Amino acid sequence: MTEAKKYPTPQGNPESQPFWDAAKEGKFLIKRCKSCGEAHFFPRAICPFCFSDNTEWEQSSGEGEIYTYSHMRKSATGPYVIAYVTLKEGPSVQTNIVDCDPATLKIGQKVKVVWKPTDGAPLPFFTPA
Amino acid sequence: MSIKGKAYIAGIYEHPTRHAPDKSTAQLHAEVAKGALEDAGLTHKDVDGYFCAGDAPGGLWPMVDYLGLKPRHIDSTETGGCSYIIALGHAAQAIALGKCSIALVTLAGKPRTGAMPPRAQGAEADFETAFGATTHNAYGMCAMRHMHDYGTTSEQLAWIKVAASHHAQYNPHAMLKDVVTVEDVLNSPMISDPLHRMDCCVVSDGGGAMIVTTPEIAKSLKKPLVRLIGHGEAMKGPRGGKDLDLTYSAGVWSGPRAFEEAGVTPQDMKYASIYDSFTITVLMQLEDIGFCKKGEGGKFVADGNLISGVGKLPFNTDGGGLCSNHPVNRGGMTKILEAVRQLRGEAHPKVQVPNCDLAIAHGTGGLLGVRHAASTAILERV
Repeated sequence: MTEAKKYPTPQGNPESQPFWDAAKEGKFLIKRCKSCGEAHFFPRAICPFCFSDNTEWEQSSGEGEIYTYSHMRKSATGPYVIAYVTLKEGPSVQTNIVDCDPATLKIGQKVKVVWKPTDGAPLPFFTPA
Repeated sequence: MSIKGKAYIAGIYEHPTRHAPDKSTAQLHAEVAKGALEDAGLTHKDVDGYFCAGDAPGGLWPMVDYLGLKPRHIDSTETGGCSYIIALGHAAQAIALGKCSIALVTLAGKPRTGAMPPRAQGAEADFETAFGATTHNAYGMCAMRHMHDYGTTSEQLAWIKVAASHHAQYNPHAMLKDVVTVEDVLNSPMISDPLHRMDCCVVSDGGGAMIVTTPEIAKSLKKPLVRLIGHGEAMKGPRGGKDLDLTYSAGVWSGPRAFEEAGVTPQDMKYASIYDSFTITVLMQLEDIGFCKKGEGGKFVADGNLISGVGKLPFNTDGGGLCSNHPVNRGGMTKILEAVRQLRGEAHPKVQVPNCDLAIAHGTGGLLGVRHAASTAILERV
């Protein structure tokens, strides 16, 4: 067995802290704009689509499908699969697909969030559903 | 208002080195500046505009002082590999407005000798750093989705490397001079799916520089006249993750802007310098700036269509980033330099395009699959 990969600790800031606080409870938050109705990720105070400051936190299902991926065959920390996952709620997020056989992955495949520990709040990864 | 015809590229220089453990990065900047000024027939006292980007150690303050310049116009716009194509447009704007008359643009660095500093990060850092986006896998993700949506194949991507290698065999400074086949590319190790090692550009030390000036000054000098007639720049990112589409780049905006300003079309181009950080970069850019329809890039690049003397669109006749060099992991400058050589008739005779009077230099900067800029320059021999 290889040791669990060490991931960087999210630093947080006043704008993003609610995301990391929720992450500690296993909840994946996104932002939705109450003015235009669009959801976005990563979270901003001001909507990137209509520039309204009337945005609110929303809990995502943590479910989605692989938009695209690439299996990085070598790195200083070993191989990994980087991907964009399109959440059921709309936004696509950058992530890694973990706990899987990279050779079996496909675009369009259903995946779900899985949290990986850091020295602070955990980070959202995805794994085949 | 337009910059069309208001600025000329009067001097160019590409550092012959590909490995420079015996030189400092600032020294390489000075050497390419000296080379470009000598090519133009000017001295560093003539320079009144200076442009550099993220590769210049310490940025403008130390660079201007180190080089002994006294500019009245400065610009350090940083957009990765396409910074120098953007600098060309910005220099033309400054020259058109009389803010400077002889602009120096430099690029140099040593990624092959020492570690590169980490990429600067923004508000996304906590949400992305851990996932390890690198050039290889960010471009790999673009290629993967392009293949999914349009049926593009690894064989088609390989043709881009094959064409570059056909050109590189004539460049004595090229790092990789061997002509390769589609099979060679497909048999090279997988780096980040679906990109093989030979889908990736080289890593090289080195640099390049150019002198941009007024029509009057250019005409007073001895070099063949090459002028900028159209320029575009644009940026693209996930933008909140809505309607993510990694199969196109910001080139869909920078390209048409440049062609419109120039009053010409992609089909008028006799030669194309297209940033080739990876084979997929070239394929997507050719589609995005209008050499073929979206999704038809694979067919367009196949069967040697990019090989000078063989295909319809000679590209990167110096061997490009895929075979010749990729100074500081930034390919924009060398794209301009080879386009100017083609327009001057100074390319290697084996790859020189006959009567080359219109050329494009186009590039992207940053990570195509994440956040990037694109810039397009249309150049004309007068």
